[in-house]
Formats: sequence, structure tokens, C-alpha cells
Amino acid sequence: MGRYLLSLKRFWATALAGQLEYQANMLIDLLAMVGSLAGSIFVLSLFFGQGRELGGWSWEAALVVQGIYTFLDGVSSTWLRPNLSAIVTHVREGTLDFVLLKPIDSQFWVSLRIMAPAGLPEIGLGLVLIVWAASRAGASLSLGTSLVAVLMLFVGGVILYALWFVIAATSIWFVKTWNATEVLRAVLASGRFPVSAYPPTLRLVFTLVLPVAFLTTVPAEVILGRAAMPMLVLGLFLAVLFFLGSRAFWLFALRYYTSASS
Amino acid sequence: MKIAGLSWPVVRALLVSQHANMVQYRAEIALWALSGVLPFIMLSLWSQSDAGASFGFKGVGLARYYLSAFMVRQFSVVWVVFAFEEDALLGRLSPFLLQPLHPLWRYVAAHVAERVTRFPFSVGIAAIFFLLYPTSFWLPSLGQFLLAFLAILLAFSINFLLQSLIAALCFWSEKASALERLLLIPYLYCSGWLVPLAAFPDAARTASFWTPFPYLIDFPARVLAGLPVDLVAGFAAQLFWLTLLLPLVLMAWRAGVRRYTAMGA
Repeated sequence: MGRYLLSLKRFWATALAGQLEYQANMLIDLLAMVGSLAGSIFVLSLFFGQGRELGGWSWEAALVVQGIYTFLDGVSSTWLRPNLSAIVTHVREGTLDFVLLKPIDSQFWVSLRIMAPAGLPEIGLGLVLIVWAASRAGASLSLGTSLVAVLMLFVGGVILYALWFVIAATSIWFVKTWNATEVLRAVLASGRFPVSAYPPTLRLVFTLVLPVAFLTTVPAEVILGRAAMPMLVLGLFLAVLFFLGSRAFWLFALRYYTSASS
Repeated sequence: MKIAGLSWPVVRALLVSQHANMVQYRAEIALWALSGVLPFIMLSLWSQSDAGASFGFKGVGLARYYLSAFMVRQFSVVWVVFAFEEDALLGRLSPFLLQPLHPLWRYVAAHVAERVTRFPFSVGIAAIFFLLYPTSFWLPSLGQFLLAFLAILLAFSINFLLQSLIAALCFWSEKASALERLLLIPYLYCSGWLVPLAAFPDAARTASFWTPFPYLIDFPARVLAGLPVDLVAGFAAQLFWLTLLLPLVLMAWRAGVRRYTAMGA
């Protein structure tokens, strides 16, 4: 365990040092992040107005969902996207060989090797938006609900990671479909809105098949104090299931890895 | 006969070779086609709210708008900045510059070939849409279709020039694709890709129409969907942006080539 923590510290320190070489890029990333959050809130505001609600959610409550989406988007820019999109390069160039030979778990290595600090401000901005919108929506956070909210955010993160990881790992067979994660990202954009705003069939898909609901809507419900116990249990169950599934899938996929040009 | 360095055999050779290249990547292209599903997600949201009718889309108008927006994006999406950045960084640009042909033509050919490869997938997605939503089915008349084709072609050209302008900045900076991300944001929100401009508050709509973005999705999509649209103003604006961008791109390119140092070659 200590070895893993030490490795993680080294990984991220070197990644940080590498990224700081490109300071102009950091500025552009910051601008892009603020612009895209502003645009996204603007689109959300078009659904309100004239006293309308979105799937039974008030404007402030929907902003909590938006904040959680921003937070998770920051998490994926910081860790998921840079790491998981590198898997296909490892497969194509055969450098996965070197990863597999290291005396450390290969899934741990490919999932956490890099950290892109450009995503960190987005995480912060998401948290600020969550807290601000929650207080505007009249939520009173006790210690208990805060802990449950953190747990459900973690559950959302795990589900997101597992989905993304499984799709990225299919590149062991299909090198050419590396952009399948772009399709996932496009669908995950539906998490910007509370799941009850969608038609019933899509709601079912977003709860059970592609559990977008547990990424943003359920944590928001916890924060706003309107979560239903069965959903929390289902979320926990799905997170465990998806994580174990991603583990099993990785071990299965590695059996088919034949190294480059062999 | 040569026009802008192009003759018929050159055009043919470029298109045939690029098409052969793109067909190799058809699985990847199918996934790119699929990654444009965002308009359908937005449509499903509007369909649950009564807001759609309040900004002037009667009946199936909104469904047709979003399907058209999807199709327009399929045929006007441009990735020249990414291809160019890679070529410039790896030094592959050097042999291109030696040829008696503007290197941008090579990227134009690649985009055309990719559109041909993508076409069946886009049509397939549209067919599934009609199966799920049969009342929205329509076929544009021949005249409408030709006008929409022209509007999409112009939208593609504006998009291509905008990105080429950023790509030309690769001559000065190694990471011009970061700037592309900045350009993408007004494109996403002002073009009508997520929400038709008719839904915007008046001030935001007026401001958007001063940018090129509504002419990249909203205008061609309205033409294709057969929604009420000011054709003359739309085409005039598209031509205006083209004539503004073309000399800029050529100038930036010429200045950039002079600075080119053939990195990695």
C-alpha cells in the first residue's frame, strides 16, 4: 500500500513539473473552462423563464446538478482523459509491454500515471457552484448529509471511471476505435441536466444501462435533502459492480494482448 | 489547365488516395459520426417541456431542426488543425511544401474523402431517428435540397478557413490546437448546435448573428429542415465571412511558411 502511495506522489509530481512548462496552455485552459461553464449555464437558463421548471427541479436546484457535472468534468480532465486516452498509444506502440513488466499493478499504473493540473481549477469551480447553488436552493447541510454527499460523489466518480476504463481497454482488440470514448463523453453530457427532465425511456436507460443518473442527479438529490434510500443503495451497488467489472475486464483483455507487431 | 495549383489529374489522385486512406479508418469514422448525438439529447429535453412551442417551432419543427443540425455538423465538421499540428511537429510538412501544390488542398481532399466515407453512417443514424420518431419524417424538395447543399458547403468552407487560420499559427506556436479549444466554445453555444438561435433572448441572438457561428449550423439547418429563413441574408453573410477569411488565411500562411524551420525533419 505504502509503495502505491509513494508511486502516486512521484507520478503526480513529475506530471506537474512537466505541465508547468506550458504556462500559456494553462491560461488557455482556464479561459476555455470559464467560457464553457458560462455557456452551459446560459443553455440551462433557456429551459427556465416564465416560471417554468425542468423536470420538477427549480433553477437553483438544477444549478447544483450543473456544479456536480463541472466537478466531475474537472476530475475527468485531471485524471481520466489524460491517462485513459494514453492506453491506446501504449497498445499501438507496444509500450504496454514496459508497463506490464513493472512490479506494480498495471491497472493502477495506466489509470493514475498522469495528472493534468489544468483540470484542477474546474474541480474548484464546480465545488464553489455546488455550495453556492445549494445554499440558494435552501439546503441545510448537516454533517451526516455532507458525508453521504461526498460518498455519492465518490460513487459517481467510480462509475464514471469504470465506464471510461472499459471502453478505453477495448483498444487492446480494436486499436482503431480509440475515439469510442468520445461517444461516451457525448452521451455523458446528458448529465448536465437532472435525469427527471428526460422522457421516461431515456430516464430508465440513464439509471440502469448507462447510469448517468448516479453521476450528477443522485448526489444533487442528497445535497438538496430529497434523496431516496433505494437509489443510494442501488448507486453503491452499481459502483461496486462496475469497478469489479472493470477489473475483471482488464485482466480478461490482457490475455489477448499480443504486443505490437507480433 | 491549372486553377490554384490544381489540375484534374491532381484532384483525382488526391481524392482517390485520401479515400483509400479513409476507408481504412471507417470504424473510427463511424464512431465520430455517433459522437455527434448531442442534438438528440437536447431534443429529448425540449420534448418534455412546453418551452419548444414558445419560440416558434410548431409540431415536428423542432425535431426536424435538431436532425438537420446533426446532419449539417456531420458534413461541416473540420479537423484540419489537429492533422496539421501533427504534420508540422513530425516534420511531414516539409515534403508537402516542396510540391507545386498548396498543402491546404491536401487537407481539403482528406475532408472530402472523409465525408464520402461518413455518409452511410450519418444516413443510418438519420434512419434510426425516423424509425423512433416517424411523425417527423420529411424529404426536402429538390430545390430545398440543393439550397441546403450549398449552405452546408459554404458552412464547411468558413469552418475550414477559420481552423486553417488557427492551424497557420502552428508556425509560431507548437500547441495551436489549444487555441482551437477556445474557438470551439462560441461555436458550441452560438451556432445553434445545442439550442436553436430562435430560443435565445433577443440581445443574445442579435449578438450571435454578428459572429460567423450561426451561419455554420443554424442557417443551413433551417434551410434543410424547411423552416422559415431569410435565404438572401443568410447566403450573403456566408459569402461575407468567406471573402473576409480567405485573404487572412493566405496571408497568415505565407508569413508562416517563411518562419518554418522543419522541426523534427
